[in-house]
Amino acid sequence: MANLRELCKEDLFLSSGHRMCAGCVAPVVVRMMSMAAKDRNVVVANATGCLEVATTIYPYTAWKCSWIHNAFENAGATISGVEAAYKSLKRQGKIKDDYKFIAFGGDGGTYDIGLQSLSGAMERGHDIVYVCYDNGAYMNTGIQRSGATPKFADTTTSPAGKVVPGKTQWRKDLTAIMVAHNIPYAAQVAPSHWRDFITKGKKAIDVDGPAFINALAPCPRGWRYDTAEGIEMCRLAVETCVWPLYEVVDGEWKLTYKPKEKRPVADYLKAQGRFRHMTEEMIQEFQEQVDRDWEALLKRCGEA
Amino acid sequence: MVQEKVAITGNEAVALAMKQINPDVVAAYPITPQTEIVQIFSTYVSNGLVDTEFVTVESEHSAMSASVGAASAGARAMTATSANGLALMWEVVYIAASNRLPIVMPVVNRALSGPINIHCDHSDAMGARDSGWIQLWSENTQEAYDNMIQAVRIAEHPEVQLPVMVCLDGFIISHAMENAQVLPDEVVKEFVGEYVPQKTILDKDNPVTAGPVAFTDSYFEFKRAQSEAMIQAKPYILDVAKEYAKLTGREYGLFEAYKLEDAEIGIVVLGSTAGTAKNVVDKLRAQGVKAGLLKLRVFRPFPAEELSAALGHLKALAVMDRADSFNAFSGPVYAEVAAAMYDSGAQTKLINYIYGLGGRDVGLEDVETVYNHLARIAESGKVDQRLNYVGVRE
Repeated sequence: MANLRELCKEDLFLSSGHRMCAGCVAPVVVRMMSMAAKDRNVVVANATGCLEVATTIYPYTAWKCSWIHNAFENAGATISGVEAAYKSLKRQGKIKDDYKFIAFGGDGGTYDIGLQSLSGAMERGHDIVYVCYDNGAYMNTGIQRSGATPKFADTTTSPAGKVVPGKTQWRKDLTAIMVAHNIPYAAQVAPSHWRDFITKGKKAIDVDGPAFINALAPCPRGWRYDTAEGIEMCRLAVETCVWPLYEVVDGEWKLTYKPKEKRPVADYLKAQGRFRHMTEEMIQEFQEQVDRDWEALLKRCGEA
Repeated sequence: MVQEKVAITGNEAVALAMKQINPDVVAAYPITPQTEIVQIFSTYVSNGLVDTEFVTVESEHSAMSASVGAASAGARAMTATSANGLALMWEVVYIAASNRLPIVMPVVNRALSGPINIHCDHSDAMGARDSGWIQLWSENTQEAYDNMIQAVRIAEHPEVQLPVMVCLDGFIISHAMENAQVLPDEVVKEFVGEYVPQKTILDKDNPVTAGPVAFTDSYFEFKRAQSEAMIQAKPYILDVAKEYAKLTGREYGLFEAYKLEDAEIGIVVLGSTAGTAKNVVDKLRAQGVKAGLLKLRVFRPFPAEELSAALGHLKALAVMDRADSFNAFSGPVYAEVAAAMYDSGAQTKLINYIYGLGGRDVGLEDVETVYNHLARIAESGKVDQRLNYVGVRE
């Protein structure tokens, strides 16, 4: 693989000047998928959300490839229809070129409102890649809690108050839910570990059938970190094992990165304004849950 | 043209039309009474009789979403639904029209919940009347078949580019066997022609951003253009009908006027009830009553001027609605017919009858009740009650 400096010079399907917020990691996720899809003809489907709204304000577009937005909860079904059209037209000799299909949705559009549509697409076996850019809340509408929001996070619908300390539930394990669809490829990635990310993106695109990638995409507004720190947030999430990097190929779980020394979750939590209200006891509870999840993952990956 | 006379149900006729149209993509989900259409169509797929990629989606919302995806990718795309299925796909029904995607969708009319009910009324398609879809309504199996084939040409017409619903009454048409004339496969193939999309997202050399955000400075222009397409659609619908008549001998207009020319009283009705009502008209005519009927085929675009021109001479007119608007005023078809009549300056006395909800049977005597009411109004020149219900226990 080329080095990062060389990769940045490539002609990517999301242009710069895309109008996403400074410090938002979602466009980094998209551009890394573009690097993974190098030399491919790509059609992108986009669920309603920050990425869609910011990048396509008519009459402008930041997309150099063909791109379709339909609604919030139906990126899975929409890309299914595009892929079905491709298969049909290709089979009939009505089109000649080869195409790959990538859908992007935020965690709200993927974990919550779009889960049925995504599940259907995965179950039917369309040859697509679905990438969730997970920033852990409904950021586009102003930081409301989602099924992906971590416990204790202060959001506008799980505000940390005198009685309730932020979100009271643990997050949904969507990647495992996708694995349960017996798809040929599923992975978790973080842009801080770009080589790992692009390698997995390539595998997802190359695989015959549906692939799912859950990409951590910190949001400076929702997480409350300095805009320069987005990639650092990813690194902290990986190094604390809050966001482990792994892949599941045909049901085979494989850890793709193991921190040399597991950092305490406090390093991750204390770097973000959304966790600022947490007491030492809460941090301890969070640590214990991360430890349990990490041990379970190690077992699944044959590392324990 | 050698046409084959077959005994066929409405659902079978629609499925047959779909096979002959041979769409590139069908994305559909089962719902009573539409289910047979997708079942029959899936046998065409599994036996290699169509080139279609059949997407067995997990809901109607996804059926319409996948249809939008497929049509945006340059495919001739179809789905089919009924009632709650149409309601579930609501959001995307609007998007399909706004994106100007020529999707064709048979709607096997069924009552919307609640209470849940599987039988015929028009509350499903009437609810979608402002979604931007062209609506063609069918009286019987023959019309359902003919409307399906014409719908493709109307939707894909370069000057129209709007999706089309082909409405047929659940069970009454969908499950009843009737004689119908069907065309040979190759004739339908030639009539619908090969679909050439105006633009597609499957063109690497000309990338398209489909479905962008349109804010205060552009949304209204998009909507205005969509409105203009509907306003301009009527002559193209009639052109397609003329061409189809040459092929089949079966003539279609925006509506069918039955013994209306010299009539003094008349009704406006959609769907299978028109057949029942024609019998009543014949009976009344035999008794010397100048009764007539107008069966609306094209509800969207609404043929206001043509309707009022055909109805304006009547002394009294009843609009029969197989759906209620719950607006404490009238059913949906009445409101629009009344507006058209008012605009034309017609002096016709108007009443509204809501009938047949949830599949309540509509007999000759029910339609006679309406005509008897009209005869009293024609005589007195006075409307005693605008909103009426027939066939319901009060």
